Amino acid sequence: MKYLCLIYEDEKWWEKATEADMQKGMADYNAFTQSIKQSGKYIGGEALQPTKTATSVRIRNGKLSTTDGPYVETKEQLGGYYLINAKDLNDAVQVASRIPGAQHGTVEVRPIMEFNQP
Amino acid sequence: MIRLLGDFDRAEEALQDAFAAAVERWPVEGVPANPRSWLISTGRFKAIDRLRKTRRESSPPDPLSLQERGNDSSEPEDYDVIDDRLRLVFTCCHPALNPDAQVAMTLREVCSLTTEQVAAAFLTTAPTLAQRIVRAKAKIRDAHIPYEVPSLPDLPERLASVLHVVYLVFNQGYFTRADLAAEAIRLGRLLVELLPEPEAIGLLGLMLLHDARRATRTTTGGVLIPLEEQDRSQWNQEQIEEGVALVHRAFQTRRAGPYALQAAIAAVHAEAQSSAETDWSEIVGLYDVLLRMDPSPVVELNRAAAVAMRDGPAHGLALIDAILARGELEEYHLAHAARADLFRRLGRTSEATAAYKRALALAVEEPERRLLERRLQEL
Repeated sequence: MKYLCLIYEDEKWWEKATEADMQKGMADYNAFTQSIKQSGKYIGGEALQPTKTATSVRIRNGKLSTTDGPYVETKEQLGGYYLINAKDLNDAVQVASRIPGAQHGTVEVRPIMEFNQP
Repeated sequence: MIRLLGDFDRAEEALQDAFAAAVERWPVEGVPANPRSWLISTGRFKAIDRLRKTRRESSPPDPLSLQERGNDSSEPEDYDVIDDRLRLVFTCCHPALNPDAQVAMTLREVCSLTTEQVAAAFLTTAPTLAQRIVRAKAKIRDAHIPYEVPSLPDLPERLASVLHVVYLVFNQGYFTRADLAAEAIRLGRLLVELLPEPEAIGLLGLMLLHDARRATRTTTGGVLIPLEEQDRSQWNQEQIEEGVALVHRAFQTRRAGPYALQAAIAAVHAEAQSSAETDWSEIVGLYDVLLRMDPSPVVELNRAAAVAMRDGPAHGLALIDAILARGELEEYHLAHAARADLFRRLGRTSEATAAYKRALALAVEEPERRLLERRLQEL
């Protein structure tokens, strides 16, 4: 079986964190990633940029609607995901708008966090 | 500069550096043949310098990627000024930005209003507005919103978003801020010049036709004057002619949309000598088309008012009551004001009084409130 592990945390924690807390937080994630890779259970994983970078995409009455912000309602539930390569946000929104779920639900587009490799 | 660097703030910094360099060097070396190109290429090098410096301190994006961006086919020498303004408009009005930020960014970056001026127009404080703009710029950078004119498949949604922002600015200046309305018209002209799409043409026509009535819309005491009482000899004929011509132009494309239709309705009013001589059948017909294209209870309400002029107040009243019976426009002051006007014309005074009072309880704009108070006194 494959399982998706979704991480919910207070993104303000990262904003407010001291340099030492930040280092510790990063080190914990690095250690976990290493261990899961060694166990052979790792398939993939990414950190997301904060919700203030999010864009919500919907198709209603055949028209594309793009709005600022993450998905905040509770009447729909997370049903799946696609990780895509796109030139920029416009390109990503185009792809997102073709996901069938955009016809009746919402597709939240969130940029992946890019870490500078040392 | 924003396109070259992919970041508003970095572009502003770079341009300041370039101007500082110009102040130092031009008096000594003479003004270069193409000052604009000189400033842009100097700014770009200054930005790359800055990035190299900060790179040693932390870990910013790779300056090489910036150089690559700058070395594409469009060197500063063949810089297309017009294209740039359009790119700026589309970036500021990007639908992935907060709607309030879209308006604020457009007024600041495209119309060159100061943060204080924009804040005053939208009844907010300069720090709040500045914060909104900072967040929008951060999103442009972090989510990679490109600085470009959208491609053809994206154009309808993106243009709609731009036109919406322009119309919001116009309406914000409707009663008291002629300067904002003028900015909106200026933006509308720019769009028509750069991207003559039917709806851009329609919106410019609509704004011109509404603005032509500016001088006659309120008394010196700030009371709204209804259309039928306005002194039509004081309407701006030049603007009306231009607006009417734009309506024709939009319809000739055979792709006239909701803005062009609203402009056509305004044109019928503008060309009539009086309320009685207005072609109300034509207006009802235009509202019918508008309703099919863009159904909304507000359009239905306006259509009902036109039906009342064509067929008599009782017919209009029945239509308005039907909208309210569906539970729509219950909180919309103009629905109750229109209803009150029809009761008044039917001589049903007590019902008119109740409806005017209801409208007054919901109305916010001072000129509208004063008219409602005048009507109540007259009853």
